[in-house]
Amino acid sequence: MLQTSSLQHPVTASGLTKFVDTSEGRLDILQQVDLKVEGGEAVAILGASGSGKSTLLGLLAGLDEASAGEACLFGTPLHTLNEDGRAALRAGKVGFVFQSFQLLSGMTALENVMLPLELANHPSPDEAAKTALAQAGLSERLHHYPSQLSGGEQQRVAIARAFAPDPKVLFADEPTANLDSHTGERVAEMLFDLQEKNGTVLILVTHDEMLARRCDRRLHLKDGRLDSNR
Amino acid sequence: MKAWSLALKLLRRDWRAGELRLLVTALVIAVASVTSVGFFTDRIERAMQSQAAEVLAADLRLDSSQPFNEKLLQAADQRRLRSAQTVGFPSVILNDGNTQLVQVKAVTQTYPLRGRLLIRESTTGEDLPTQDIPLPGKIWLEERLLPLLGLDIGDVIKLGQLQFQVSRIITYEPDRASNLFQLAPRVMINRSDLAATGLLGPASRVRYRLLLAGEASALEGYRSWIKNQDLKNIQIEDIRGARPELRLALDRGGRFLHLTAATAILLCVVAVALSSRRFVERQADTSALMRCLGASQRQVGQIFFLRLLSLGLIASLAGTLIGLLLQSLLIGLVGHWFTQQIPSPTPWPLFSGLGTGILVLLGFSLPSVLRLSRVPPLRVFRRHLGAPSVGYQLSIAAALASLGILLIWQIGDDKLAFQLISGLLGGLVVLLLVSRLLVTLLKPLRTRSAGSWRYGLASLSRNPATTSVQLTGFGLGITVLLILAMVRVDLLDNWRNALPAESPNQFLINIQPHEVDGVRQILHAGGIESDGPFPMIRGRLIRINDQAVSTDSYASPRAQRLANRDFNLSLANEMQSDNKIVSGRWWSPEQYDKPWFSVEEGLAETLGIPMDAELVFEVAGQEIKGVVTNLRSVQWDSFNVNFFVVGTPGLMAGQPASYITSFYLPKEKRPLLHQLIQQYPSITALDVSALMQQVRAIMDRGVMAVESVFLLTLVAGVIVLYAGIQASRELRIQEAAILRTLGLSRRRLLLSVMLEFTLLGGLAGIISAGLASVISYALATAVFELAWQPNYWMWVVAILGGALGVGIAGMAASWSLLNNPPLAVIRKI
Repeated sequence: MLQTSSLQHPVTASGLTKFVDTSEGRLDILQQVDLKVEGGEAVAILGASGSGKSTLLGLLAGLDEASAGEACLFGTPLHTLNEDGRAALRAGKVGFVFQSFQLLSGMTALENVMLPLELANHPSPDEAAKTALAQAGLSERLHHYPSQLSGGEQQRVAIARAFAPDPKVLFADEPTANLDSHTGERVAEMLFDLQEKNGTVLILVTHDEMLARRCDRRLHLKDGRLDSNR
Repeated sequence: MKAWSLALKLLRRDWRAGELRLLVTALVIAVASVTSVGFFTDRIERAMQSQAAEVLAADLRLDSSQPFNEKLLQAADQRRLRSAQTVGFPSVILNDGNTQLVQVKAVTQTYPLRGRLLIRESTTGEDLPTQDIPLPGKIWLEERLLPLLGLDIGDVIKLGQLQFQVSRIITYEPDRASNLFQLAPRVMINRSDLAATGLLGPASRVRYRLLLAGEASALEGYRSWIKNQDLKNIQIEDIRGARPELRLALDRGGRFLHLTAATAILLCVVAVALSSRRFVERQADTSALMRCLGASQRQVGQIFFLRLLSLGLIASLAGTLIGLLLQSLLIGLVGHWFTQQIPSPTPWPLFSGLGTGILVLLGFSLPSVLRLSRVPPLRVFRRHLGAPSVGYQLSIAAALASLGILLIWQIGDDKLAFQLISGLLGGLVVLLLVSRLLVTLLKPLRTRSAGSWRYGLASLSRNPATTSVQLTGFGLGITVLLILAMVRVDLLDNWRNALPAESPNQFLINIQPHEVDGVRQILHAGGIESDGPFPMIRGRLIRINDQAVSTDSYASPRAQRLANRDFNLSLANEMQSDNKIVSGRWWSPEQYDKPWFSVEEGLAETLGIPMDAELVFEVAGQEIKGVVTNLRSVQWDSFNVNFFVVGTPGLMAGQPASYITSFYLPKEKRPLLHQLIQQYPSITALDVSALMQQVRAIMDRGVMAVESVFLLTLVAGVIVLYAGIQASRELRIQEAAILRTLGLSRRRLLLSVMLEFTLLGGLAGIISAGLASVISYALATAVFELAWQPNYWMWVVAILGGALGVGIAGMAASWSLLNNPPLAVIRKI
């Protein structure tokens, strides 16, 4: 039953709340967020700076703990797991794309893409990574270090890294915000192509309306509360 | 398995990316210093020991009143030890009706095993080293016998029932030094002639000696074998037990060398700690990303641990090999100062090098690196989230434990290691506190200054934690270098001065009471200064606190020997200037007639004589009873006349005494000695110049070895400097790029960087000078037992050296960010 539901809704949240205690009292970041994401669905979370988008993403991916409410990944309530349990749940099944790319500067493009494969004990990380980079159009850049790549290329490496282990869910945090519009478009193209081809759930945090429009569903976060419209 | 391969892959990538270079360099240098110092000191120490072994003419000597049985000789042969035998006894030689008491020494062909005999072919000839011994039928003798008996080279004399031809004059006999106060002049014959002299009867006072030399392990094996043989009346002697002043010189030499090695370790430990900190900061992203991608905390921890372990092994191996190379260079540098070949290296320092590398990493890197496994994965969104700070208790405990093991291991002296660690720990706390205070004090200055000063000061107070760590690192580095420099300059000088050029080189023994005034006058007239003559009274210790003293009361051979022999007692109003009271008080004039004794502390310890003990000596058939009212330390290497036991004038006056004195006799005044001996033929003159030269040579080589090792420590110091500068590199690059983008000129940026580091170095210098003064005081007084003087120059050197060194190094390290375009710099972040 859980299996079916987890396949139908790999990512869910109910009453998800996050607040922090500051010297000036309680600061609410997210309040009572309810969400159900279907298999293969692309969801955009829009909102102004400080609206709590990244916090929501972190909670849904199990990178942070909620103050109240529940978030489930593949049907498993995240609050029932410790940090290692949540990491194990993500291993090989969850990918990330970040605004600042988060490539490891000491590794080449190929090595960056190999890293999640190696961590997931992939039988041939080298080949899988090369294939992923080829799909990203970076076959010629395998042995380049991040500092030798342009911003767009770096983000394509990051996308190749995210898709290489064939994840079920991909969390993307402002993936085009650091790129010019033309490069951003190319990167977005690639992101959605791969998402569609692999049937990956995409949860995309952005303030870019154009990018959000390409998603199946758009959710607006305002002052930590979710407003949905299709 | 998977973790290993991933760890190795990541290690390879890290290395290529230059992430680990600093850590590896620090580690390689630590291990290279330790191994090269280890190899070098091991070899030099063994060379120094074998040089010192000359005093025994062997590495190990067995001493007995009975001939040695075959079993002992065979056991030595089996262990491939070289051996020689000597037989010594007093006898009388005759020439034309003149008789003279002599000390005969019959030697076998291989004598001496260590050192060489010096001989003269004629009275006017040069001293020549020889490997010969007297041929059968020939006799060699000490020069003073020639005038005493009216002899010349080639003359024939009778010893026992055999005639001998005088063939050579002995001027130096390596093992003569171990029996300095041998009164009778020496004659030396071939061992094969001994039986025919018919001099060895059952009641003869004969000393049989078996000399042995060879590999240390074989000697050790022989020594432990012999201990299990239950042999009575055999004493085993090695260099450490032979002569107190040489033992002291050797021990101090060894301590200096090991202290230097320990210093190199300390410096590298600082560098490793600093670079680990930077490594952790730079690897936080990797950890967060791995956690994000599904790696468990354990997995991340394992990967970092294995990375570190592999790194440690590789760096330690590399360091060990470099150490091996360096030591051969060092040996090449000082090897020719030794008369004999330097022993080949043992593999032990190799293991100690590997062990050191791993220990340094475990103690100073692991706690902070393991912290990486706890970087929250959320850091991928929020860069400010770092690794949780490492528990201070854990890191301090790990650091202390590994430092303790390393230092005790290196220094081989718990007391010194403990003092160093507590000194450093105290120093570290002081350094951290003072650094923090200084950084806080700098803050207000920043708003009151302008231009480059302002940027420089801002850089220092931008991140108080990093600045404090840098200050502490530089401070520790400079402190350690200062201590070593002081040890090198001050303590070594003191050490050498303990045996000044004008130390007594002549002893006059057997001066009769009625000759004392005459001797004093001759010396005075010749301009020779001497504290003596001192009365010397022969006495045997028979009771301590009503307990009879016998050899059975003691386990140690030294104590047994002391219990079994006559002491040279003396009496004195004032204490000798080179003695120091360690317990109780010296007597005042009104106490001169009290029945009191003063005892040398080492003797008191060996024989178990407590303060206030009642001692009874038998002197010429009479008992002399007195109470021990003070214990003295005696500087045996001063070559002044000193006594184990001294009594008050009231207690000892009137006892049968002969007198003894020592003085420095310059070469040109030697005729004075001849005049003295002619006038008082019964006085024995002993020349100890050769022995003193031997002691000086050992000390000088010790000094040289320390100075060579000091160079290595300096290299380690430079690495600390570099590591300290790198600690704030990322932040500085970022700021420099921003400042340059905003239009700050290169010149002003350069000036602000220079100011930042010069200030940092100067501050570190101030702290270090204070700390080093305290530690060197403790070292000098408590460990090396030498006089300490405040060194004001050290403050100047520390402050200027710190400011200049750190300033220049900081600028050199920042050069690239000043010369590269800001955009290139920013992209590298």
